[in-house]
Amino acid sequence: MTDSTPSQSASVSPQSPSGNLRMPMVAEVIDRIQESDRIFTLRLRLRNPEQRRNYRFAPGQFNMLYLHGVGEVAISVASDPDEPEILGHTVRAIGRVTEAMNRLDVGSQIGLRGPYGQSWPLLQAEGADVLVVTGGIGCAPTVGVINYVLMRRQRYGRLTIIQGVKHAQDLIWRERYDYWRTFPNTQVLVAADHGGPLWPFHVGPVTEVFDDAAIDSEGTTVMMCGPEGMMIAGTRDLIERGVPEQRIYLSMERNMQCAVGHCGHCQFGSQFLCRQGPIFKYSDIKPLLGMEGF
Amino acid sequence: MDDGLSQQPRYFLPRQSFQSLIDQLTLQGFGCVGPVVRDAAIVFDQLRSVSELPQGTRDRQEPGYYRLENSESPRWFSWANGPQALKPYLFPSREVLWEGSVDEDGSLSFKERITEPQPLAVLGVRACDLAALAIHDAHFLNGPSPDAHYARRREQLFLVAVHCSHPASTCFCVSTGDGPAPTCGYDMALAELDEGFIIDAGSERGKRILDQLPLVEVSAEQLDQAGRELDAAQKAQTRELPDGPLNRILFQNLDHPRWDDVAERCLACGNCTSVCPTCFCASENDVPSLDGLTSEHSREWSSCFTEGHSFISGQAIRPDIRTRYRQWLTHKLGSWIDQYGRSGCVGCGRCIAWCPVGIDLTEEVGAICKDASHD
Repeated sequence: MTDSTPSQSASVSPQSPSGNLRMPMVAEVIDRIQESDRIFTLRLRLRNPEQRRNYRFAPGQFNMLYLHGVGEVAISVASDPDEPEILGHTVRAIGRVTEAMNRLDVGSQIGLRGPYGQSWPLLQAEGADVLVVTGGIGCAPTVGVINYVLMRRQRYGRLTIIQGVKHAQDLIWRERYDYWRTFPNTQVLVAADHGGPLWPFHVGPVTEVFDDAAIDSEGTTVMMCGPEGMMIAGTRDLIERGVPEQRIYLSMERNMQCAVGHCGHCQFGSQFLCRQGPIFKYSDIKPLLGMEGF
Repeated sequence: MDDGLSQQPRYFLPRQSFQSLIDQLTLQGFGCVGPVVRDAAIVFDQLRSVSELPQGTRDRQEPGYYRLENSESPRWFSWANGPQALKPYLFPSREVLWEGSVDEDGSLSFKERITEPQPLAVLGVRACDLAALAIHDAHFLNGPSPDAHYARRREQLFLVAVHCSHPASTCFCVSTGDGPAPTCGYDMALAELDEGFIIDAGSERGKRILDQLPLVEVSAEQLDQAGRELDAAQKAQTRELPDGPLNRILFQNLDHPRWDDVAERCLACGNCTSVCPTCFCASENDVPSLDGLTSEHSREWSSCFTEGHSFISGQAIRPDIRTRYRQWLTHKLGSWIDQYGRSGCVGCGRCIAWCPVGIDLTEEVGAICKDASHD
């Protein structure tokens, strides 16, 4: 009974309808890129000029995309926040809604509400090194971060991008990695658990390539996204190398339905992923991270 | 417990005048809802006349057991609770939030479904129901995105609370600090005696209604009697939650063998989450019309006991009953404290009575805390 002020039924103030937050806006698919068999990028543009002008997001935040008659799905915005009129969403066709979205053509209209959630700590990271560690397929939530740092290269120190995949053929955006490599003070390291005859990069878990990255343990902000097992192993390794816990940020994923902290599905202990996350400081989620069932 | 009562002047409403309360509320434009017997349970439904109230009805509740019994008592509120109280009135089990439509040319549009609730007076809410309401207010209204649907219903709600003089064996509101007497959050509160009701107002709206009623002076003897009954109601409760910081204890005992034990008994049916007045989980669903041109986007109560609740990217985070029961209990009694500053349990005991296999959360958490090590 500590700080839960008892609500006097007579004193509840009329709330303005939260419709703006909960109502989808109409967006048009202006471009569609097939990244791999099951991964595609939709570039979306809000139809209503006023909504388009007012829309702002920060890398790491997500939108709820709605396919008519099928349902909604939470997808992070992968494009540049300084071009908020075109919103890139990279999607893996894995469930009912995303499978159906895979069949969308240019010109199709879908619903979009957002942005929701916390973003990557790009302002706090200014002036220091940035290490982006991603695992699994694509890991779109960090593409926005990488592009953001590359476009504002002078504001940050060394940028290291480490991408790990299970199988060599899971690597998408190979050209992008090659392109990112061309920027000054930028290092790109790629690893696959299982390489192949023509795999030019490291074979083994991502943590093994940490040795090749000159990580300044005191002055690096880490942004990590991928399967939880990989993030746990990566975090453990980085902490051993002296990176402070509070400079390691992880992007978490859970079932999201309302995106405003009401529906309860995305709870991770006491945190609502859609509100306090999906980007978390490692120290904030450490106790339950890796605990089965949470 | 008596502090709330002493703040407001108290009066007496004779039993034969009780209809005037229903009439006054109706006259002021409220739809009136109160306890009636239906399907062998106390449920809230439309109330026009005192004759519809459950006179002399008692409820016997045990783990996995709920039966009504009749007595010669003239009282209308000599029962503890039914399966539901306020939750469905503010947070309906299914509600359409918006609708999407496509034209022939494929252009999409959205229409919000705005709730236009009528003023509603609920007669006979318990202290535990008010505590649960305060929790839902915190969840749905006080966060960064207040829920318009909940808010509109909440503004229209007039609450007539009744002191609990007949707790069930499953009740433990004394232990959670939420009852048995309502102390705040009501418009009007009643303490029932054989010959009528001690009555006080908890809000200006309540006072305006109160002023219209044929009240008489309350006697010292009647106040004593109500006090004794409240005292007895407190003493009658035998169940309790363990002391201690349950958020810490539970999360430090996630591997306790009791989780396996309860998983053997639990059916994962979700009854507990349906009857719990504070459970707020809801799934969002889209139901297209047959011609596919329109589609309703609704929210429906859901339960952390289902596989779908934690389903993401082709797999469930909680694939078994052990992790689901643990999610429910650690949230309800543990992480809720970190989220809302108090436990999510108000001691109503509904989850105990309505569990088909009679799992008692006080027993489960007690077993975990008994031999729990914690800092």
